[in-house]
Amino acid sequence: MKLKESLFTRRKFLNWSLTASLAALFGTAVGPVWRFVFPGEVGPEPTEVELKDFPELLPGTGKLFKFGRHPAIMIRTPDGKLKSFTAVCTHFECTVQYKKDTNQIWCACHNGFYDTNGKVVSGPPPRPLEEYDVAVEKDKIIVSRRGVPKGEKPKEKA
Amino acid sequence: MINLKNWFYERTGIEAILDFLRKKQVPDHKYTFWYYPGSILLILIGVQIITGCLLLLYYKPTIETAYESVSFITKYLPFGSFLRSLHAWSSDLIIAIAFIHMFSTFLLKSYRPPRELIWISGTFLMFILLTFGFSGYLLPWNELSLFATSVGTQIAGSMPIIGKYLLLFLRGGEYISGDTLTRFFALHVIILPLILLALAAVHVLLIQHHGMSVPPSVESSPAKKKDIPFYPDFLLYDAVNGLFVFSGLVILALFLPKELGIKADLLAPAPAGIKPEWYFLFMFETLKLIPSMVLSFEGKQLGVMIFALGAVFLICIPFLDRWSAKNKRSPLFTLIGFGILIYIFVMTAISYLGE
Repeated sequence: MKLKESLFTRRKFLNWSLTASLAALFGTAVGPVWRFVFPGEVGPEPTEVELKDFPELLPGTGKLFKFGRHPAIMIRTPDGKLKSFTAVCTHFECTVQYKKDTNQIWCACHNGFYDTNGKVVSGPPPRPLEEYDVAVEKDKIIVSRRGVPKGEKPKEKA
Repeated sequence: MINLKNWFYERTGIEAILDFLRKKQVPDHKYTFWYYPGSILLILIGVQIITGCLLLLYYKPTIETAYESVSFITKYLPFGSFLRSLHAWSSDLIIAIAFIHMFSTFLLKSYRPPRELIWISGTFLMFILLTFGFSGYLLPWNELSLFATSVGTQIAGSMPIIGKYLLLFLRGGEYISGDTLTRFFALHVIILPLILLALAAVHVLLIQHHGMSVPPSVESSPAKKKDIPFYPDFLLYDAVNGLFVFSGLVILALFLPKELGIKADLLAPAPAGIKPEWYFLFMFETLKLIPSMVLSFEGKQLGVMIFALGAVFLICIPFLDRWSAKNKRSPLFTLIGFGILIYIFVMTAISYLGE
């Protein structure tokens, strides 16, 4: 049966088509723009770094080095132990430093203190610093993340 | 000979705008003083555009060259240090005057209907101005600005749901790097200026449409108020104010030039005494004072949530203050306004005194 009048006028059809086309145009632009603006995977962070020519640390001193894309800290405690942690404060991600006078790791941004096991002593940091394993070999120091089995660790030489 | 003026007027239709300005009236009463900060802001934004364009002729936005190029501007270029100081001091003044403008309109309840959108666009302008200051602070790539940016982007990153994306967007990656600098540069010199100009246009046009707001206490007794012409009376006041502020700005830039500090090093620890620009100090101090854990929440996330809710509250004020909307007295919102002001003052003072 043919209707006497159309339910959908030509004007309405054209308006809908134009709106849908514009929506589709903007819709298809969102994805590419999003992917362009937000950096994708730039590869996983290495779980192990080899430090060659790393300076000899005296007891009660610390030094920063690069662990993949973030800074890490190596300290030699007053009793001679070599320890390493991420140097990224768990509060607001400032870079921490070793404080000889108190034998603590200190973040100057909001006055957060960690002990030489990475545990929070005082201040606002919510979590301890991640500690790395340190292995001293003949001419290099290998620093690696804990809990990653040997052989599965992507290496990075520094 | 063709009359150039008439030729131009006929082709642009500018006569209508001039006619509007000639007929425009501005209310004159005991609170008229609080109308001035808005136009001073427009003048200072003009100063920022001019000095910013000049600095752009030499600034190089990479981590290898940014600090050196700013150092070159300040040390070797004629009037370089003056221009940079003018730009930096002007940004400080803009934020200070924007705070005055915002709180004066808040306390005078200028957001009453039908001016809700003027308030909302103004609040967003305030956020844009703060982002301008935040992004510009990093551009010289010095030690203090690097860690202020690290903390600032983490604050954004601690927001629920959108935080992760906001952090990646601002930093251009997980950590601060050269990509962060180029992003901040793009934000500071093109993205934010476009948004600012568009929003400011909306703000000013809405004010032209509705006229200046008159405080409820004046509106209720017409005897306390008269109108003065915008041109030339009010414009002359604006010109005199602008001259005073600009002279003050020149004096500040000449006698208190901005220091450049030490070049940022991505592998250096945060220095002692790290702090953001003065207008973020109240937030910085709050985050310092909140304990690491509050009940089952991380202290920093709680702090950031409170500030985010504070921002939403500011935007929504015209819809929350139902008393002012009915032209009644609204002591609660006056109290809230003063409360926020006192909080900002006290926290900033604690931050300065705690050094």
